[in-house]
Amino acid sequence: MCSTCGCDQPGGVTITRAGEDQVQFSPLTPGSGSPLAYPHQHGHSHDTRVIEMEMDILGKNDARARHNRDHFRKQGILAFNLVSSPGSGKTALLERTLNDLKNDHRFYVIEGDQQTMNDANRIAATGVEAIQINTGKGCHLDADMIHRALHNLSPANDSILFIENVGNLVCPALFDLGENARVAIISVTEGDDKPLKYPDMFASSQLCIINKIDLLPYVNFKVERAKEYARRANPSIQFLELSATTGLGMSSWYQWLEKRIAERKQEAVLV
Amino acid sequence: MHELSIVMSIVDLAEEQVKKHQAREVDRIELDIGTLAGIEFDALDFAWDAGVKHSVLASAERQINRIEGKMRCMKCGREFTVTEPFQPCPDCNDYLNEFIQGKELRVKSLTMKF
Ligand SMILES: Nc1nc2c(ncn2[C@@H]2O[C@H](COP(=O)(O)OP(=O)(O)O)[C@@H](O)[C@H]2O)c(=O)[nH]1
Ligand SMILES: [Mg+2]
Ligand SMILES: [Zn+2]
Ligand SMILES: [Zn+2]
Ligand SMILES: [Zn+2]
Ligand SMILES: [Zn+2]
Repeated sequence: MCSTCGCDQPGGVTITRAGEDQVQFSPLTPGSGSPLAYPHQHGHSHDTRVIEMEMDILGKNDARARHNRDHFRKQGILAFNLVSSPGSGKTALLERTLNDLKNDHRFYVIEGDQQTMNDANRIAATGVEAIQINTGKGCHLDADMIHRALHNLSPANDSILFIENVGNLVCPALFDLGENARVAIISVTEGDDKPLKYPDMFASSQLCIINKIDLLPYVNFKVERAKEYARRANPSIQFLELSATTGLGMSSWYQWLEKRIAERKQEAVLV
Repeated sequence: MHELSIVMSIVDLAEEQVKKHQAREVDRIELDIGTLAGIEFDALDFAWDAGVKHSVLASAERQINRIEGKMRCMKCGREFTVTEPFQPCPDCNDYLNEFIQGKELRVKSLTMKF
């Protein structure tokens, strides 16, 4: 798929396609990333020299994210990074979306969880190709994991890629994956002050989905208040309210997606 | 804990530089970390020892410059320090603020041992 990058990055991560049990395994031992390959000089002097670096610690992730973005652009792929707390309904939203739209578009799903193939298997049951990234102790997906998964999936041109991030509203905010849009999901069974508690995630997302609205009558969740809090972090964030299990409001999500697809086609014409 | 992956990224950067300069190891590392960068300083501390083990940073002295969050109110122009990413202007109570500093996450300098 790519000619410019090495795809042999180590890491504490396994990547497995749904329906396969072959696992690429490299255990995470801190510090094992690179053996000491630096040249060891003879005659141990005590010379020291200060090197001013001013280097961005996340620079590598950002560079790899740009590279992913290049892949997506060249292939006309639309990639969405779904982030939420555990249990907000990311997988449920994907299941229903894929069942409803799989005849209209070509989809792929990258699932991120610390353990298990469960979510990839749930996606595979819809007939859509899914790949599972197990991050072990890792609390987020990074651009390099996505890159390796991309090589494994080899998605078709003009397809749509959903990335379900590890359930966590803190860490995934820091790691650009190269996605076209980041979608934050909160459910009404969580506090409506989530956006206040985890502002970075809402600041870096373009869309906020408020899920499980079928449960609104039973919980003390004020939709307007949640929106107001999210707008403090990100005045231009958009909102959709829906229920992934009853289907209520799903059409607004499909309209949002179709609009992104139309925009991408527009861009492809211009290039 | 993403602090561990942050430490691993720092180790990667340091190993690259040590290789490039044909140094032996790192004597001292200076980091600029903003208080709004999404890093827990305690968690970073905790991850550090495990992360740098057997690397060129294993025995390096570490200095962290904490950079406090600063915003400028778009309404009245007042500059104020913040401890959270989104705090209203103390004068106008408005949330439309321009970010000035506090999200730094970088290696400022390395002192190499040859
Ligand atoms: N009532 C209700 N339950 C939902 C909805 N969406 C998801 N759930 C349930 O919430 C639980 C967690 O959903 P899941 O998709 O696994 O969450 P994830 O961890 O974000 O992927 C499951 O039991 C779902 O059936 C919804 O819209 N309404
Ligand atoms: Mg899930
Ligand atoms: Zn590539
Ligand atoms: Zn590659
Ligand atoms: Zn984390
Ligand atoms: Zn003001």
